[in-house]
Amino acid sequence: MKTKTLIVAAALIWMGACNRESRRYKELSPADARPETVKLSTLQPGKADPPVNKTSPYQANAYGLSEGKRLFSAYNCNGCHAMGGGGIGPALMDDKWIYGGEPDQIYSTILQGRPNGMPSFAGRVPNNQVWQLVSYVQSMSGNTPEDAAPSRDDDLAAKKPENRERPRRPKQTGHR
Amino acid sequence: MGQAIQSALNPTGIQAARISDLYWLMFWTSTVVYVAVLIALTVAIWRGRRSDAGEPSRATAAKWVTAATAISIVTLIGLLFASVATGRAMGSLSTENALGIEVVGYQWWWSVKYKNPTPSLEVTTANELHVPVGRPIAISLKAFDVIHSFWVPNLHGKVDLIPGRENLITLQVDRAGVYRGQCAEYCGLQHAHMAFNIIAEESDAFERWLTAQRTPAPPPSSPELTSGLAVVERGPCQMCHTIRGTTAGGRFGPDLTHVATRSTLASGTVPNTPDALTSWIKDPQHIKPGTKMPSTGLSEQELQALVAYLQTLK
Repeated sequence: MKTKTLIVAAALIWMGACNRESRRYKELSPADARPETVKLSTLQPGKADPPVNKTSPYQANAYGLSEGKRLFSAYNCNGCHAMGGGGIGPALMDDKWIYGGEPDQIYSTILQGRPNGMPSFAGRVPNNQVWQLVSYVQSMSGNTPEDAAPSRDDDLAAKKPENRERPRRPKQTGHR
Repeated sequence: MGQAIQSALNPTGIQAARISDLYWLMFWTSTVVYVAVLIALTVAIWRGRRSDAGEPSRATAAKWVTAATAISIVTLIGLLFASVATGRAMGSLSTENALGIEVVGYQWWWSVKYKNPTPSLEVTTANELHVPVGRPIAISLKAFDVIHSFWVPNLHGKVDLIPGRENLITLQVDRAGVYRGQCAEYCGLQHAHMAFNIIAEESDAFERWLTAQRTPAPPPSSPELTSGLAVVERGPCQMCHTIRGTTAGGRFGPDLTHVATRSTLASGTVPNTPDALTSWIKDPQHIKPGTKMPSTGLSEQELQALVAYLQTLK
């Protein structure tokens, strides 16, 4: 009897230690501007800077990632990037990045647009949704935690779920 | 929206009338067969209970079974002929001088285009078809994403909208009125909220409506309306929506040029009132979970100006 009570108590304490994620009830305001030091090139005079490692606030947030997945089709990113496989625009699920695959680089690519087709979404998409999209785009190449990335599609599944993607470290290629 | 009828038992077009006739023929035939079977069963039970009734001879039994089988075959073949004849008659509606409309099914709304040989006279609207009474209407059906099905029970049967194909449905409305249609092929989360209205009116009223739809959106007439238009043109709306006469030209969502003339929002989900419009734009996922329209984080001021502007799109 005593052992049972102990086991139950231990299980409860152990479960209390679970802290997978928290919902952000106060979303980022539009005034929360983009990071200013985004570099699109790995080339720079002198020694290379140490990486900034700016991450998206939704990096390990299942809610944010699933919102990003929904917005990816709602804002018709699919129109060019076709579920991440690429079409008119480059593929997003591989490790090749023309303008950098770090979160802050993806963020500024979405907001500023890029030559040869990528439109600028500044003023169109609220800041917090851009960050959700950034995290979702990262999850396409397996660069978000497995327990937070989306595990299923609401529609016909075009590819395997994001949480089963093998992580591919982004490599900056500068070309398609 | 309240008066829109949706009933296959209340046909208002020759096509639906034929379907209804066939339905009642099958209904009464089945009723007669059902009653006959029950009577035979009752008689059999009653006779079997009487101890003095002996076994019927094999010849008598064979006679009854043969007769019943023959009657069943004749009845079924009769119904088959009735069904084929109905199908043929439905396909034979003349499309001479027909009004050409193109309907495209999206998850989860309908795009409606009134065809015209002159492209500038074409009209695009959404979730509402105005049609003239007594004139054949040829609707070509396409799908943008998955299979949908076009079904107005008062006017015709169902015809599927299939991606990559063009299907045709021809119908004719005999009586003015508002008829409700509904997607009849499960197409995803909000399949149930994918309705539309067919508004049948006399031909001069229809022509007036069509001419009005051809005009571009009126320019904003007050500072508030101007800032509402600015939200459309510089904000998120124009990524998906078209308002003719402005720079908004997105094609991913319904055409909003004359959105204030429609009776419902979000494909028959809520009535088109300023309050409903405000809450719809503020949080579409609350009203229609899963809809492709995102909430776009507009400020209260922007939202008010935007709704005021959209109200002027008559």
